Amino acid sequence: MTRFFDSDVFYAFRTSPVAICSLVVTVLLVLSAVFAPLIATTNPFDPASLNLMNGFTPPMEPNAFTGERFWLGTDDQGRDVYSTILYGLRISLFVGISAVLLAMVIGIFLGLLSGYVGGWTETIIMRAADVQLTFPSILVAMLIFGVAKGVTPVEYRDQMAIWVLILAIGLSDWVQFARVVRGATLVEKSKDYVAAARLIGRSPLAIMIRHILPNVLSPVLVIATISLALAIIAEATLSFLGVGAPATQPSLGTLIRIGQGFLFSGEWWILAFPACTLLVLALAVNLLGDWLRDALNPRLR
Amino acid sequence: MLSFIVKRVGQSVLVLLVTGLVAFSMFTFVGDPIDNMLGQERTMEDVERLRTQLGLDQPFVVQYVRFLEQAAQGNFGISYRQGRPVAEILMERAPATLELAAVSGILAIVMGIALGVFTAIRRDGVAANLIMSISLIGVSLPTFLIGILLIYLFSVELGWLPSFGRGETVKIGGWSTGFLTESGLKALILPAITLGLYQMTLIMRLVRSEMLEVLRQDYVRFARARGLSNRVVNFRHALKNTMVPVITVIGLQLGSIIAFAIITETVFQWPGVGLLFINAIQFVDIPVMAAYLMLISVMFVAINLLVDILYAMIDPRLRSAS
Repeated sequence: MTRFFDSDVFYAFRTSPVAICSLVVTVLLVLSAVFAPLIATTNPFDPASLNLMNGFTPPMEPNAFTGERFWLGTDDQGRDVYSTILYGLRISLFVGISAVLLAMVIGIFLGLLSGYVGGWTETIIMRAADVQLTFPSILVAMLIFGVAKGVTPVEYRDQMAIWVLILAIGLSDWVQFARVVRGATLVEKSKDYVAAARLIGRSPLAIMIRHILPNVLSPVLVIATISLALAIIAEATLSFLGVGAPATQPSLGTLIRIGQGFLFSGEWWILAFPACTLLVLALAVNLLGDWLRDALNPRLR
Repeated sequence: MLSFIVKRVGQSVLVLLVTGLVAFSMFTFVGDPIDNMLGQERTMEDVERLRTQLGLDQPFVVQYVRFLEQAAQGNFGISYRQGRPVAEILMERAPATLELAAVSGILAIVMGIALGVFTAIRRDGVAANLIMSISLIGVSLPTFLIGILLIYLFSVELGWLPSFGRGETVKIGGWSTGFLTESGLKALILPAITLGLYQMTLIMRLVRSEMLEVLRQDYVRFARARGLSNRVVNFRHALKNTMVPVITVIGLQLGSIIAFAIITETVFQWPGVGLLFINAIQFVDIPVMAAYLMLISVMFVAINLLVDILYAMIDPRLRSAS
């Protein structure tokens, strides 16, 4: 632990106000998502807690019929905007983090495999990566979502939507990981410790996972943070377009989609607060990723 | 040079064959086309007859080749949702997307280069620093939020510009254009800005960093020593030499303008191909999805190929390296 506090990376962190701020904001948002059921005033998806009379209450003002007050107002169905944002944040972060983990596992595995084994395995994997990179990843995610939706039976579509979304974003994002891991593996492969491991008869799988993997992880960490920001925005975009999280399990993107409908009638708070939350989240994670990339890259220091 | 071109064309054809396979698999594995075409009241004979008629009893490879033949002729089948040929629907929608993409592309290139040069020349000025900070926010804002923000400002609060649709259009031949009416032009402004903003910031930042690099070179110093005017040095000597990487990025971004048009078109309910694609995903309209995939992959592959060949022509080192 003391080794960590003495390290260059921690020093760079301690002296960068941007890094400290973005980490604090990210941690706060993650904590409020995790503890959403405790800090939310109501469970917005429990029909028993809703009162339609409370609909369209402006922020901080008492409702005309019931006299109840809501920090951030309520939407058309009388749901407290503050609580829906907390639950929406939960879904956004869950989808984003799971999608990045999926992309990471696929990318690391394929990257190690193509770097260590080489030959036609490498050719096939890297050609597939090239083909996928020809298209923007948001487009790939949309297509995967569309196909997966087509395959799931109609009655399960809403329940499965979150998982389909994770699959779509995860599969659209593995290429970065695979490329970096492959590059690092090619370097590590020729080192003595790999030759030694091979000499004592360890299996290729064990060499890849137990010996090479720990040595290629630091660039993976950087890409994972940057990917997380991109995945959160991708999830919000897909949900906003109506090809993501359904209205029964709204993420921040879905909330913005719902809020856009009330923009012209003057109920700005239904849209503005989820949009601000998304913005702050995306910006914080983005800055954190940028900082991490610079801190872990000795060439720039 | 010739062998390089042949190799790159070969790769492109391979990419197209793979995306074709993906598009074709969507037809084969997602839902049963027979189910989609025949209603509830059908007999086994009907099903068998249609299966033979459509060639669904043939081996996979034969069906795939048939699909490619049809797709190459622009025949993508009939939309499940609208019951009309997909090619017809796409042709109807294409002008809206192409006009939007063209306007925002030009906007991004012109503004991007101009602002890039400005921020590079006045690198320590207040205005330049302000532009750079705003551009940072522009990069991290999701496209759809920019669109909503613009709608809120210019449609809801100020009421200057329409928030959805294309306005009035004029039909010239098979092409419906919004360029010729006032409402058409007005409707174009907000979507074009939304779509072009990200590309603009990208081009601006690239031009700026390339310019800063070039302005440090000896030949620029030498040009100044010769007493050439600032304008000649900045534009004829410096800007010209930043153009190679800038053109590459512009070329590659052309494709993503079309892809990101999906988002802009949805925000502004712009009746283009992108909105069609989103609706196709929502209603699992496989023929439209497959046709869009094929169309956009042809475009992407063609752009990539063109940029690579142009690049090899400009920079001879690339030819021998491959």
